[in-house]
Amino acid sequence: MPVTFTVNGTSRTVDVPADMPLLWVLRDVLDLKGTKFGCGIAQCGACTVHLNGAPTRSCQLPASAVQGARVTTIEGLSPDGSHPLQKAWEELDVPQCGYCQAGQLMSAAALLATTPKPTDAQIDAAMNGNLCRCATYTRIRDGIKKAAGTPRAGSQVGGN
Amino acid sequence: MSRFPTLDRREFLRVSALAGGGLLLGAWLDFGTNGMLEAAEAPLTDGEFSPNAFIRIAPSGSITIMAKNPEIGQGIKTMLPMLIAEELDVDWSAITIEQAMSEPAKYGSQVAGGSTATPTNWEPLRKAGAAGRQMLVAAAAQAWNVPAAECTTASGVVTHKASNRQMTYGALATAAAAMPAPDMATVTLKDPKNFRIIGKPMTGVDNHKVVTGQPLFGIDVVVPNMVYGTFEKCPVFAGKAVSANLDEIKALPGVKNAFIVDGGTVLNGLLSGVAILADTWWAAKSARTKLKVTWEEGATAQQSSAAFKAKAIELFTQAPARALRADGDVNGAFAAATKTVEATYEYPFLAHATLEPQNCTASFTNDAIEIWAPTQNPQSGRVLVSKTLGIAEKDVAIHITRSGGGFGRRLNNDYMVEAAMIAKLAGVPVKLLWTREDDIRHDFYRPAGFHKLKGAVDASGKLTAWQNHFVTFSNNGTDFVPSAGMDGTEFPSLAVANRNVSVSTMPLGVPTGYLRAPGSNALAFVNESFIDELAHAARKDPLQFRLELLAQLPTETPRGAMVPSRMKGVLEQVAQKSGWGTRKLPKGSGMGIAAYFSHRGYFAEVVEVNVSRAGALTVKKVWAVGDVGSQIINPSGAMNQVEGSVIDGIGEALAQEITIEAGRAKQSNFNDFPLIRLKQVPVIDVSFRITEYPPTGMGEPALPPVVPALCNAIFAATGKRIRSLPLTKHNLSWA
Repeated sequence: MPVTFTVNGTSRTVDVPADMPLLWVLRDVLDLKGTKFGCGIAQCGACTVHLNGAPTRSCQLPASAVQGARVTTIEGLSPDGSHPLQKAWEELDVPQCGYCQAGQLMSAAALLATTPKPTDAQIDAAMNGNLCRCATYTRIRDGIKKAAGTPRAGSQVGGN
Repeated sequence: MSRFPTLDRREFLRVSALAGGGLLLGAWLDFGTNGMLEAAEAPLTDGEFSPNAFIRIAPSGSITIMAKNPEIGQGIKTMLPMLIAEELDVDWSAITIEQAMSEPAKYGSQVAGGSTATPTNWEPLRKAGAAGRQMLVAAAAQAWNVPAAECTTASGVVTHKASNRQMTYGALATAAAAMPAPDMATVTLKDPKNFRIIGKPMTGVDNHKVVTGQPLFGIDVVVPNMVYGTFEKCPVFAGKAVSANLDEIKALPGVKNAFIVDGGTVLNGLLSGVAILADTWWAAKSARTKLKVTWEEGATAQQSSAAFKAKAIELFTQAPARALRADGDVNGAFAAATKTVEATYEYPFLAHATLEPQNCTASFTNDAIEIWAPTQNPQSGRVLVSKTLGIAEKDVAIHITRSGGGFGRRLNNDYMVEAAMIAKLAGVPVKLLWTREDDIRHDFYRPAGFHKLKGAVDASGKLTAWQNHFVTFSNNGTDFVPSAGMDGTEFPSLAVANRNVSVSTMPLGVPTGYLRAPGSNALAFVNESFIDELAHAARKDPLQFRLELLAQLPTETPRGAMVPSRMKGVLEQVAQKSGWGTRKLPKGSGMGIAAYFSHRGYFAEVVEVNVSRAGALTVKKVWAVGDVGSQIINPSGAMNQVEGSVIDGIGEALAQEITIEAGRAKQSNFNDFPLIRLKQVPVIDVSFRITEYPPTGMGEPALPPVVPALCNAIFAATGKRIRSLPLTKHNLSWA
């Protein structure tokens, strides 16, 4: 079925099966590879995008449900990687393998959009659906706080 | 354009290889990488300087450094080029880093495994950089007609101070290409106090691409005319596809082809299954829901975790099949003991669950194949593909993509040989992508294991005997299945006069392999937990008990064996950092300590937990102290590896288990194989103890001690001793 929706500010029309998840429309039809496949059952958050501004697991969202919607992916989070979260992620060297980080960033960006100075509990709640197999969680939390301008634990390499 | 009448490019390369080759070979043979310093074979643009396969300097001034090893999240694409850039004496910000293809003749070993990259590359890659620098200096000295010794370098510029002359590396590139390659044995390296790159926290070279969603991973590869594939294998490992409703599948929307692939019985080779190819992966996967396959499940369909455990309990009642180590008189020591402790420990199979599911893209034409794969060991993949497809190794080209996690899973190349065979049979380029269910059900699992332990302490609280009857897996009674062995020298056995480490085995039809800190990730749990039990039996502080055991070891140790003073050092430092023995905690809170030597690294860790009366466990804080030698090459990456390993180990202990039932894995996705989540993560305090030993790897050694330290902390908090994992199987409530 033809589906028309806005991706990163541009209107796109695709002709795909109605049950094809948005994840695969983005990756294999629109060639936007930033959104990742991790589990297919909305358990890992690697596929997180913004649907009309709200963080959404695109692996469980059929194409038929995005007609007329506004979708933002990691490629559209900022024009040039200058979102405060993207800058914080680079400065704090958050990624290890990096595979989950698009989803982490999209969940974190949605959090900061509604809660500019999140508490630890709010960060826990917003980020709990995003798995990181490399376990970069300490720096993810720090990255959100850095972007939010709130005090962070910080971590330092000690010596003797 | 060459500004000097030098040998042409090809001539230079040939002469360079001849003139320098013999000496280079000698210098590099120790690393098994005799081709490592051959000049790049091109394509070089006219006038470029490439002193070896790792460095390319263009007359324009652009400097490219090759990253030879697979990047799986361990930070190696950043760390190894730091070694070259340091000694080449260029600014980190001025270089471009490129991922090398799999070309072992050129780059030497290209494996991401065993935390080996640091110890095996620490000297060779610095020398590669230093050799390039030396040739650039020689070119400048010749141009200025001054002694090379009067020239200095910094930031990609050669300076002759006395005559106030300078030339950039780019300007010298063409002349440098004509200089004789230096004898690697005489190449001098910087004094570490002059390091400008090594030891500085460098952020990942691909971070910007990661945070902006640019294609980097195997799953992101697109090649012209490719189709998307899914591959269903028998849920019982190495079961055979006898028949399938292929005609019905081929008629489904988007499906291009469907066929049975024959396979063998070698668990890490090509196994039988049904391939479905379609114009999108979603179409292939959707068609797969309609697939009906008749399987011949084979002889292992009766195996189960429950039966393995029952068999282990039965074997514990019998004499062990063979001794691994037997010293002194264990029975005499037990008879004379003030106190003996007996305990049975067990741990489950574990999956790797890399977040990027296994995938590979392959294009087969005219008896040659081109492969794009997230792999930790491309060369073993090449050998497997060559043998399985019946083509020459030289006709298997492998592009190493970034891997969305490795943890040892991608040391096996099963998904690569599947993609290769499917592409060959289909006659079109194929991108094979596994589902998460495929990944959890067809892993090379950390093997389960069972240990029956008995220890003895005397009246002074000294450990006098250590006995371990280990039940594990072997299909011939002698060779352990991958990652399922031990050798009996593990601490503290060498520190005890009377020890008896023995083994009995049972056959296994489940694929096993190398999970981060293989062997150690399980043995540390058993040994370091039982040491804690014995310390309590001896009425000694667990730290003090360990230090006394370490004092029993000879100070002179064979190469590669644990150095007691280094273990003592990290234990004392973690005790100091964590306030061990100085803090009074209420019931329900507790601290546990453990230390382990693995992959040449020493880590001691203290875990603090809180357990509610109802049994809810909170891991509050972890202190980790590591000794990986004289230099932390990239402190940012090193911190990431320690924090990642610590959290990884906690996650494994908390809730992870693969259960075998009817010959197959029961779990299939993150709903039943849960990874640790952000809100479960403790505060982590990491520090290093710098010692005079050569630097060693960071990817693994921080993991093993956290599991027993956590379990020992739970005992301190609740009085409940954890002798099996995962923790979700235990009721931790207390009154």
